[in-house]
Amino acid sequence: MGLDAVVRPSPLQEISEEEAIQIQVPSALPPDSFTLKPYVDQSETLSKLVQLGVNLWELEQRPNVGSMLVRLDFHADVAPKLLFLKDLGVEESKLGTILTKNPFILTESLDNLEARVSYLKTKKFSQESVAVMVSKAPYLLNFSVERLDNRLGFFQKQLGLSAEKTRNVVTRLPKLLCRSLEPIKENLKVCELEFGFRGNEIQHIVTTVPKVLIANKRKLTQIFDFVHNTMDVPHSLIAKFPQVLNAKFLRIKERHLFLEYLGRAQYQPSQPNYISLDRLVFLPDDVFCSDVALATLEDFERFQKTL
Amino acid sequence: MTTKAARLFRRMDGLFAVYKPQGVHWKLIRDTIESNLLKELNSCPPPAPQLAVKFQLLSSGENNGSKDLILSPSMLPSLANHPLVTGPQFHKVHVGVGHRLDAFSSGVLVLGVGKGNYVLEHLCKSHVTRDYTLEGEFGRATDDFSDTTRVIEKTTYDHVTQDKLERVLAMIQGANQKALITYSQMDLRTQEAYELAVKGLLYPHGKSPPILTGLRCIHFNPPHFTLEVQCVNETQKYLRKLIHEVGLELRSSAVCSGVRRTRDGPFKAENALTRQHWTADCIIQAIAHFRKTTRKIRKSGMYRQTDGQLNSSAKIQEQIRSEIGQSDQEHVELTSPTSDRIVDRVAPGTG
Repeated sequence: MGLDAVVRPSPLQEISEEEAIQIQVPSALPPDSFTLKPYVDQSETLSKLVQLGVNLWELEQRPNVGSMLVRLDFHADVAPKLLFLKDLGVEESKLGTILTKNPFILTESLDNLEARVSYLKTKKFSQESVAVMVSKAPYLLNFSVERLDNRLGFFQKQLGLSAEKTRNVVTRLPKLLCRSLEPIKENLKVCELEFGFRGNEIQHIVTTVPKVLIANKRKLTQIFDFVHNTMDVPHSLIAKFPQVLNAKFLRIKERHLFLEYLGRAQYQPSQPNYISLDRLVFLPDDVFCSDVALATLEDFERFQKTL
Repeated sequence: MTTKAARLFRRMDGLFAVYKPQGVHWKLIRDTIESNLLKELNSCPPPAPQLAVKFQLLSSGENNGSKDLILSPSMLPSLANHPLVTGPQFHKVHVGVGHRLDAFSSGVLVLGVGKGNYVLEHLCKSHVTRDYTLEGEFGRATDDFSDTTRVIEKTTYDHVTQDKLERVLAMIQGANQKALITYSQMDLRTQEAYELAVKGLLYPHGKSPPILTGLRCIHFNPPHFTLEVQCVNETQKYLRKLIHEVGLELRSSAVCSGVRRTRDGPFKAENALTRQHWTADCIIQAIAHFRKTTRKIRKSGMYRQTDGQLNSSAKIQEQIRSEIGQSDQEHVELTSPTSDRIVDRVAPGTG
């Protein structure tokens, strides 16, 4: 009954230009949503990130990252950090993947980032190696200076390598500085005690294949057990070709059994028809069959079906 | 217009066989195949971006002469449907596994994709036999019947000869024949039951324990020996236990060092895909290769559901069995078809 008191204008009524401009149109953006899709076109930050190549779909699966990205201001937060990364030497094509893996670079303050880069430069890492390290391990610059210092010191002391070699290892595998140290200590203990490698052999293995430090302990033990006990390869040969510890177990097993079936499983360098471990593991299947096993690919597949 | 991805997805419907390597869990294989198929589907080019009307401040045309900025509409690509915002086109491909193989065994594993999963159910219920090759070793007994677990006892095996082994195998096969006849719930005194038994078409109805329809020794080189088995309703642990029992019957002990499935119904090891071939195009080729067998399995399943009588379902089973039997005769390892073996062994078993 009170409805008649309110006078509502009809939508077809003519109004003047000034009144038309003063009409407030509420924004069509929903106040909350499960995805970033409704906000991408309206938000400058989000559209620029998509044009850079950042995978917004992957980031919005992580809790709270989506809301954080929507709240960022492009000119105040995002642009200075992107320019900083470009000055560091990171390639533009890699910026998208770095931000997808670690969006929290954008919330870290610029002073902290610059302090950490200058710390790495005092440790005599060159500009290009810092850029390479950041592209390989995007979380690197989020760690404090003390933590980076702690880890670098640990590697230098534990592995007993010179500063130059430690820098080389860390540049090739910067994930070492990001992860916790307990699994690495366990892997080193396993290499020393369970496998029985000497100190200088472990140093050589780590400098050639740093991935051994962060490999899964059980898989590493399985590969070493097969190579040392079933294939009868001594420690010195494994230390000379540590790539075999990084390979897939099934690959080593099938190829070794095939060579044994053909009578060509000779891994001693002094004997004729010697097959080095890295050729066993590294060559693709067709080259392996034709050069090493001297058989056809079909024979190898037929043999695989008899295992 | 259908996209390339949609056309590719429509071709992924059917059954195919994969050769499972030893030491790998079957679930890992199923996940690997699903992620390979998804990778291929999502690498197809995405549809063109949709256009949306946007109002932009552009300078007015040259006829005015002035530099006023006015709002003018234009169609620009909208970023809301960009693949980096919406995510991959395909999230899931339904890949199902037929009769499973445990981690210790290797061999033919049947997988179904898309609509083939419905046919997998028919395959599991259709009483097809499976072919296994069991490798055994005399002299040890372990708690899990396999050669990698803890050894419980060690025995001598010098007294074991090939004919003693054959006698034990014949006894086991006789017991299994009796079980087959009991569980087939058919009175052998009737003529039609006798004819079915002669052709080798007896099979267990309903739930039954594992039954071996065929058993023989391929290779005997003490302490190693190899058995070839055809069975129904089995698990791999039962087959390892069989090796253990063979050892016990010979008054020694035996462990199983390998269980290999060479045939699962109409799917054989020659057409199974090895690890290098677990890519989308090889899988689609394999599905096309098995299309006829898939259709036959689906038809037999439909008949069994609609028609509960023994005779007609027996006829369809006979049809499938004859096809398996024909292809069995090409199989190198088997020297005689299944039906002959049953007739041979019934006499010494009951005698």
